[in-house]
Amino acid sequence: MALMQLQQDALAARLAALPTASGRTTGWLARARADAEARLLAQGLPTKRDEYWRYTDPASLVAPDAPPALRFDPGDEAPVFGDIDRLKIVFVDGVFDAEASDDLTLAGVEIERLITAGEVDGHWAQSVLGVLEARGQTPVARPFATLATARAGDGILIRVMAKAARPVAFVYEHSGETSDAVLHHCIKVEAGAELTLLESGPGAARLTKVMEVEVGEGAAFHHVRVQGRDHARRAATHVFAHVGAAALFKSFTLTANGRLTRNEAVVDLAGAGARAHLAGAAVGDGEFHHDDTVFVTHAAPACESRQVFKKVLMNGAVGVFQGKILVKPTAQKTDGYQISQSLLLDEDSQFLAKPELEIYADDVKCSHGSTSGAIDETALFYLQSRGVPRPAAQALLVLAFLAQTIEEISDEAVAEDIRSRLEGWLQRHSAKGER
Amino acid sequence: MLKITNLHVKLEDEDKVILRGVNLTVGAGEVHAIMGPNGSGKSTLSYVLAGRDGYTVTEGSASLEGKELLGMDPEARAAAGLFLAFQYPVEIPGVGNMTFLRTAVNAQKKARGEAELSAAEFLKLVREKAKTLKIDADMLKRPVNVGFSGGEKKRNEILQMAMLEPRMCILDETDSGLDVDAMKLVAEGVNALRGAGRSFLVITHYQRLLDHIKPDVVHIMAAGQIIRSGGPELALEVEANGYVDILAGGN
Repeated sequence: MALMQLQQDALAARLAALPTASGRTTGWLARARADAEARLLAQGLPTKRDEYWRYTDPASLVAPDAPPALRFDPGDEAPVFGDIDRLKIVFVDGVFDAEASDDLTLAGVEIERLITAGEVDGHWAQSVLGVLEARGQTPVARPFATLATARAGDGILIRVMAKAARPVAFVYEHSGETSDAVLHHCIKVEAGAELTLLESGPGAARLTKVMEVEVGEGAAFHHVRVQGRDHARRAATHVFAHVGAAALFKSFTLTANGRLTRNEAVVDLAGAGARAHLAGAAVGDGEFHHDDTVFVTHAAPACESRQVFKKVLMNGAVGVFQGKILVKPTAQKTDGYQISQSLLLDEDSQFLAKPELEIYADDVKCSHGSTSGAIDETALFYLQSRGVPRPAAQALLVLAFLAQTIEEISDEAVAEDIRSRLEGWLQRHSAKGER
Repeated sequence: MLKITNLHVKLEDEDKVILRGVNLTVGAGEVHAIMGPNGSGKSTLSYVLAGRDGYTVTEGSASLEGKELLGMDPEARAAAGLFLAFQYPVEIPGVGNMTFLRTAVNAQKKARGEAELSAAEFLKLVREKAKTLKIDADMLKRPVNVGFSGGEKKRNEILQMAMLEPRMCILDETDSGLDVDAMKLVAEGVNALRGAGRSFLVITHYQRLLDHIKPDVVHIMAAGQIIRSGGPELALEVEANGYVDILAGGN
């Protein structure tokens, strides 16, 4: 379909504002990038008239320049995952910072920079990079993912061949007020191997990111992410996962603040008995728009998927959930579960949910539910009657509401970091009005 | 300890008057019982004292140890020493019973300018108190009142009372939904807290609970007023003849 002239112009302007991807102009990476750029020119960037962007206006993601975003001052709060023994990889405004990062060596794991890998012919990543992303473009186009494959300024490739002794942690620092970062990571967890990947920080004033993950037979991949708290930051992130037989893919995201966040997850359960657990907790106060868009495809028999997304919204904050479970004819004995809930702390906030099931197999167990509610006044009074001040009581109930999402995290130390951090945020929010 | 003077209360959202001039004084260390038929305003009285939304006080006052209660937030009343054991304890999914208890104990200590309990101090105390109420470790770990039986919920109320050490305890139909053994256990828990100048207001339909928690004074409430007061024998009279005679005769 031919693009409208306006869309062509918008795309041309967005691309012109980005640097051309660095590295070799020939070879597998250059080919993957050129292929993505060609696909992008055919797709164009979305407008609010696209059905898939009906609840989230993509204009500020399409604009050639990133709208300014100041850094959030976390005060004396301990760094996210600071107490976890991890291999730290730091990016500043989307550029790898070798100085601030740990040595990229971990037993049974290969870690390298995208640009370096592009120099190597016959690299393992050529069967993953841009491949999962391109496959995830049907039935719904995800142009910002295509953009990231075409123009990522940096990224990390990880190949996991054993159970990693400690998590790898991507730390995204934000420095420039109008920084516009494009990142592309690619991860391959070989059969029977296991990796936990932690992500934290805002990344930039505007962040466009793709992570492709191939989880081999019987392998496990755990992803836990805490998105930065800069109020004006914007992000369009994508996770594409291809999950093999009896493999496990888990992803959890905690989001607080941010003017606009669109987190897309596209998961293919491709081998029998594969499992995918996706969870998200979002807390928004004021100018906050948070969109979880999830597409899980059951393509093999006896797979299990869970989607657990909860949002707490106040002062006009907006939450969006578009979650789909597609069960193909081959996927008998599917077990699919999806829940999206919002807690609206006032009448100005809104939650827009579009849960979808599309099922072509007949021996399937699929359930989905979506609710919006106010805080339980009876429970508030009960807590107050025991001496807990109302703001603290509310914080406790908010934490309780989000607890189910945190329970999706396997690593107890990581879950505890998330839980106590969220508790601290909520307490300071209720006590000092900090946002 | 507790002094209620000419208290008139209506529902906030409708013109329904529930309390029509309640007068009641509970001295330090005393146990008072309020009995009365359904709809007489007993539970409303307890909610209004604890500070629940939805009621409008149109006249009168209530004070605790000389401090006027009615303008205070519920949490301030609790910190001042008031405790309401709920007729229907509230289930709070996602909040662990221990977290709930510790938050409450320390919030009150903080409000009173006292040192908060450390995790270890709290744990020691809660285990000790839970043991006497036959509350096991599992009940402490579970979310507040979620999946608790009727008896467990009421025992959990008494555990909260024991942990918070209030000056004035109001028990709103604590005997409802309890079998004889559970009632005994709850009553023992309450009796263990008697003394040290602590006062109780026990709201009940039946005399049965008062066999276990012996009151100093019994009040009969009807149509939003206390219509008669007397000693423990008044409860026995209700048990024998029902409320009809008393309602007909007045005080």
